[in-house]
Amino acid sequence: MTVPVETEERFLTGENSYESIDRAISSIVLNQRKHKLPWYVVALIAFGFLQVMMAALTYLLYKGVGIWGINIPVAWGFAIINFVWWIGIGHAGTLISAILLLLRQQWRNSINRFAEAMTLFAVMCAGMFPLLHTGRPWVAYWLLPYPNILGLWPQFRSPLVWDVFAVSTYITVSAIFWFVGLIPDLATVRDRAANRWVRIVFGILAMGWRNSTKHWSRYQTAYLVLAGLSTPLVLSVHTIVSFDFAVSIVPGWHSTIFPPYFVAGAVYQGFAMVLTLVIPIRAWYKLRDFITLNHIDWMAKIMLTTGLIVFYGYMNELFFAWYSGNTYERYMMSNRITGPYWPLYAALILCNGITPQLLWAPRLRRNVVVVFIIALIVSIGMWLERFVIIAVSLHRDYLPSSWGYYTPSVWDWATFLGTLGFFTFMMFMFVRFVPMINIFEVKELLHKAQHRNGHQPVPAETPAAGDPGATHEH
Amino acid sequence: MSTESAHVGERAQGAADRPRPYALIAEWDTPEDLIAAAHRTHEAGYRHVDTYTPFPVHGLAEALHFQDNRVPWTIFIGGVAGAATGWFLQVYVSAIAYPLNVAGRPLIAWPSFVPVTFECTVLFAAFAAVLGMLGYNGLPRPHHPIFDAQHFDRASQDRFFLAIEATDPRFDVVETASFLRGLGAAAVSEVQNR
Repeated sequence: MTVPVETEERFLTGENSYESIDRAISSIVLNQRKHKLPWYVVALIAFGFLQVMMAALTYLLYKGVGIWGINIPVAWGFAIINFVWWIGIGHAGTLISAILLLLRQQWRNSINRFAEAMTLFAVMCAGMFPLLHTGRPWVAYWLLPYPNILGLWPQFRSPLVWDVFAVSTYITVSAIFWFVGLIPDLATVRDRAANRWVRIVFGILAMGWRNSTKHWSRYQTAYLVLAGLSTPLVLSVHTIVSFDFAVSIVPGWHSTIFPPYFVAGAVYQGFAMVLTLVIPIRAWYKLRDFITLNHIDWMAKIMLTTGLIVFYGYMNELFFAWYSGNTYERYMMSNRITGPYWPLYAALILCNGITPQLLWAPRLRRNVVVVFIIALIVSIGMWLERFVIIAVSLHRDYLPSSWGYYTPSVWDWATFLGTLGFFTFMMFMFVRFVPMINIFEVKELLHKAQHRNGHQPVPAETPAAGDPGATHEH
Repeated sequence: MSTESAHVGERAQGAADRPRPYALIAEWDTPEDLIAAAHRTHEAGYRHVDTYTPFPVHGLAEALHFQDNRVPWTIFIGGVAGAATGWFLQVYVSAIAYPLNVAGRPLIAWPSFVPVTFECTVLFAAFAAVLGMLGYNGLPRPHHPIFDAQHFDRASQDRFFLAIEATDPRFDVVETASFLRGLGAAAVSEVQNR
């Protein structure tokens, strides 16, 4: 093992100068030849799945939600499973960019932009599901409080309306946060662009940012406050999503552990998704200097920690089903473990509870292939968790006469796989057309690292008075 | 440090009959030099000064004695406005416009109004933060005279600039330029108003 150096050093390796950072990151946007075969292959496959989604949605709009596998005890099914799953993926993005910024964690700088983009696209996918599940998405604006001639208003005592506010605020604030973080980097790309049109487009997007210290000062205040606002926002969004369940009286849903357990699960799965995407991309675009093994190691540690919290949630559910002495709760649990869906529950415990324990070993945490596979397993596990909570709790509740069984239809799968395609396609577009690592923050990191190593100001013995009175004009 | 010092342009003598330039701008290679220069510029009595750096440099705003607390206040006001909007919207909807009596439960059920009030607070505060930041910075403003400065495209990359603006009472094309050169700038140039 090498001697540990300052944090900044450990998260920025290689020989780098301000110029080389600019070159490494902005060239991905400016030099389109940098995009090799993997980009085209993945983008093409993702685009294919995106078409599957379009077809599934078209048929859904034509025919109605009856094409899905939903039925009366399980009225939600895939729609809310995928909604909760996608929203959770978004959370790592905000967590990395906001909470780690507030905690002054410098290692976030190389991954935050990427994670924020992930948030945006994941929340788009998430939002699609409840909207489509309404059956008539073209009147989805009825969910908003607006004065109408019928004098009808949404029911503000219902968690479903809270959801509308939570998710729409979340996506708006995430988009703002992402864009504000981008402004200085857009200016950098503008200034480096050789192509006139690229310069114009990025010039418009950068809004005339000119790197003035006075601007930076206000910028940093605004950015920090945005982070401060986003932090409770993330927690509130998944808390409110969990209220959709916890506020009801369905056994398996009506539980006070839900808000913290959902938030931890979201972070868990969000980090898994960041790792899934970051590991191939850092290899393809040779970004190993910026996204180091330490980053992967630390993200794996966060995954391990939140995974343990989630596992605690599972145990807690079991314990309270027994300890409450409530017949329905107890039946729900035994049905979950031994009922018709038992393989899913077993797979869930295996994916979310047991596999991640491998991450205790430092050698495995630093092995990108192992981390990648574990991250995939966690994503599947978290999806199973949503399935178990939703379908398994709903299909047998209080009245045996109204029990049922839920099987997703081919259209359910088409929609779900389609959103995966949409998400991947958007991420690949983002990687290609937007600087995916925060350039100015990485430079700041380099500056601090140099400072720590006793970097002294260059002595001011410049050719001071070349010709007094002469000014440079142009 | 780069040795390409200000390559001499035309003599600035007889500048009186020319329009006043926008600023004189000097550049350095490292943020440390720029901070030192900013301190000395302030000590020399210049007040209309700005610096341009590729990333926020800690200590520069202090060196320029720049302080502006309008952004946090704007955000605070935005947040309060959001909370009020969220709260009164729900009260109006649930108790005035569409009162729905469910088993005699209170119309203003405050615990269930908390989530929406909170979300509105965050939403309004976030908009206030961004619009406030952009507004006080005078953005968007695609054109600015400073963009004409020599090498200015490197202000967003790897160079550190200090500009003394012509509006400064102590500004004098000749004296200010020699002052800047005396600070050890790699290059000093004049930026025209355009």
